[in-house]
Amino acid sequence: MKTSPFSSLWLALCIFGWSLLSVTGCSQTVPRDQLYQQLGAGAGLEKIVDGLLLEIEQDQQIVHHFRDTDIERFRKLLIEQLCELSGGPCQYSGASMQESHTGFKITQADFDNLVRHLMKVMETLEIPITAQNQLLGLLAPMYGDVVYR
Amino acid sequence: MRVLCFALVGLMLACPVHAGSKVIATGGSTSIEGAAGGGIVPWAVINGYASSDQWSVTSVVSRVGVDDFSLHNVGIGASFNNQWEVSLTRQKFQLDTIGGDLQQDIFGLKYHLAGELLYTDLPQISLGFQFKKHRNPALPLAVGAKKDSGTDVYLAASKVYFGAVAGRNLLLNATVRATKANQIGLLGFGSATDNQYQLLFESSAAILLRPELAVGVEFRQKPNQLAFADEQHWRDIFVAWFINHHLSLVGGYVDLGSIAGLAQQQGYYLALEATF
Repeated sequence: MKTSPFSSLWLALCIFGWSLLSVTGCSQTVPRDQLYQQLGAGAGLEKIVDGLLLEIEQDQQIVHHFRDTDIERFRKLLIEQLCELSGGPCQYSGASMQESHTGFKITQADFDNLVRHLMKVMETLEIPITAQNQLLGLLAPMYGDVVYR
Repeated sequence: MRVLCFALVGLMLACPVHAGSKVIATGGSTSIEGAAGGGIVPWAVINGYASSDQWSVTSVVSRVGVDDFSLHNVGIGASFNNQWEVSLTRQKFQLDTIGGDLQQDIFGLKYHLAGELLYTDLPQISLGFQFKKHRNPALPLAVGAKKDSGTDVYLAASKVYFGAVAGRNLLLNATVRATKANQIGLLGFGSATDNQYQLLFESSAAILLRPELAVGVEFRQKPNQLAFADEQHWRDIFVAWFINHHLSLVGGYVDLGSIAGLAQQQGYYLALEATF
């Protein structure tokens, strides 16, 4: 009779998955600003935001939303916000996400484009994939406050 | 023809224009019945990369090769607004040991009801239909199936959890399907003694090692209605590579249990998908 490799494979996958979850679960001792440091601290965040601004500039679908935007101020606030979000030594001084996006009629496609641009920039800057995921996970819930406002 | 195919693949690899705004891999692959999903389980994701107010078209060829059978699928699909998905699939199931083949056509429809795969706490939830019509009704009816056509209805929930497993993103999917199909319809629908819909559970889990590379497992509960042969639950493990917004490749190892009296059907799964 042929033996199924599946039982052992499933067992191996379960043990693998469990150990990975345990590793994640044991990481309470990480410093508060770990993500901020992985993103390259202040200088890193400036690079991310500058890269993002370049991508936006070349994206016909979303660039029109920035027509009346004070880019210098936008840049400063976005860096500040990412800094605070990632546990860095900053305090975001801008308006709430909902306030600052109301009236722009940002669509899901616009939001998707921005996410893809951010992923591309972080990849180019060789930010570790785990830090990329963590930052995306912090930004994703803002979707509801940003689109169709 | 082959030259044309290679030219097309080359073009898609080189083409910098993306097919839609959605993030890489979020259209899933195309399952054997044509719905966006894994290999054997339909997910709540909508095929292709069309985001709001965008169109997307997908085409797929896939193949399952197990000990005594092989399944060849050819399909096309389209989506609009990351909300509607339609698909048309022709399945050819070759009875390599027994001889001959069985063919089935599937028209699929899926509607994205609520939630966003990446962005909301609520998982993405979709309702789907699969209208199936056998093209060689004599055999399914001869082995005890009541009908040569049937409709599956499913409700699927899918969600990506950022950084959930060792910092990698985790996709979880659960699907509940109401069906009368025997061996997904290849052995017809219903039986002499039981023509009721059955509620079955299907599930997939995948870890995105990178945004464009996923490894995962799937499970699909199956009914067991025909008296002539046992039908068993299906399982697979897979690797999916989303090369770019135009091309994806999935390889897997499947365990389809017993089919038409031939036990322990295991083998490979391969799917090549092009998206525009």
